[in-house]
Amino acid sequence: MIDKDTLWLVIFGLGAGSFLLRFTFLGFVGDRPLPDWLLRHLRYTAVAILPALVAPLVVFSGEDGQTEPTRIAAAIITLAVGIWTRNVFAAIGAGAITLFALVYGLG
Amino acid sequence: MSTTTTKSAFWAGVRDGAPFVVVAGPFAMLFGVLATEAGLNVFEVMSFSIVVIAGAAQFTALQLMQDEAPTVIVLISALAVNLRVAMYSAALTPFLGTAPLWQRIFAAYLLVDQSYALSHAKFDAVPEMTVPQRMAYFFGTCTLVMIVWFACSYAGAALGTSLPPGIPLDFALPIAFLSMVAPMMRTLPHLIAAGVAVVVSLLAASIPYSLGLIVAGALGMMAGAQAELWLKGRAP
Repeated sequence: MIDKDTLWLVIFGLGAGSFLLRFTFLGFVGDRPLPDWLLRHLRYTAVAILPALVAPLVVFSGEDGQTEPTRIAAAIITLAVGIWTRNVFAAIGAGAITLFALVYGLG
Repeated sequence: MSTTTTKSAFWAGVRDGAPFVVVAGPFAMLFGVLATEAGLNVFEVMSFSIVVIAGAAQFTALQLMQDEAPTVIVLISALAVNLRVAMYSAALTPFLGTAPLWQRIFAAYLLVDQSYALSHAKFDAVPEMTVPQRMAYFFGTCTLVMIVWFACSYAGAALGTSLPPGIPLDFALPIAFLSMVAPMMRTLPHLIAAGVAVVVSLLAASIPYSLGLIVAGALGMMAGAQAELWLKGRAP
């Protein structure tokens, strides 16, 4: 059971910390121009961080961090349909259908 | 696009954000269910979701609290998972930095993967957007996702443990992120950035407290930036 004092400390600590992370540049830097090298790196934030976040979730998705073939297949289908159609909805749908079909069809 | 009004930019954001409802919903619901199972009541679950609004960080904190990790470790780990929002903040600053402070405060509170990914792609693709139009678009992308995020957190908490086991809700997040990333692979440097980030994140998966994510993200960004410079240097 989670201790209630710890819980509230974590909720507000995490809330304050997350807000500061989100506000740092938008709030404190404001409209000061950013240097070229920084902007050049920032162009690749999303295409670096999001795949880095997802890759371990996909590859180590089974129990105890095992590789789970149904998850890998769903991930590949999602990515392929997303690149092919450039449509987020189509990619999500294809990935979800693949996962459900594999989990319940082969179960 | 040059005739876009602030209002139509808002609704364009709402429209572009709509698909993410189907993934944010189950994810928030899963958080509600898991948090209830961990002993949180509805009020605590809702406070968590409203104060923090960060899916991956919330799951991380919940997991570590259940493991009875020290509070400092819980906070550091969950914030490390969330460090990427600082990079999002930096990435959106060139586009939104001149907006009024109160708008930037609200934008910061609502800065999540979805609003960042959609907005950054849009601002990049349509450079003639004005700052008020960009803000309107940004808030549009958040609107439905936030409503669904809060509502489904509540539904999950109320539903508690009565969900049938075996529904692969856990994979809603990876599918959502993959579907967002796929259309961004426009150029070779984008692909290189993503490829380096994936390889490093897998190699660094055992680095504790999710710091591997930060290392992989940083190296991916550097690889993308270097590739861009290199390709430019070779262009005629």
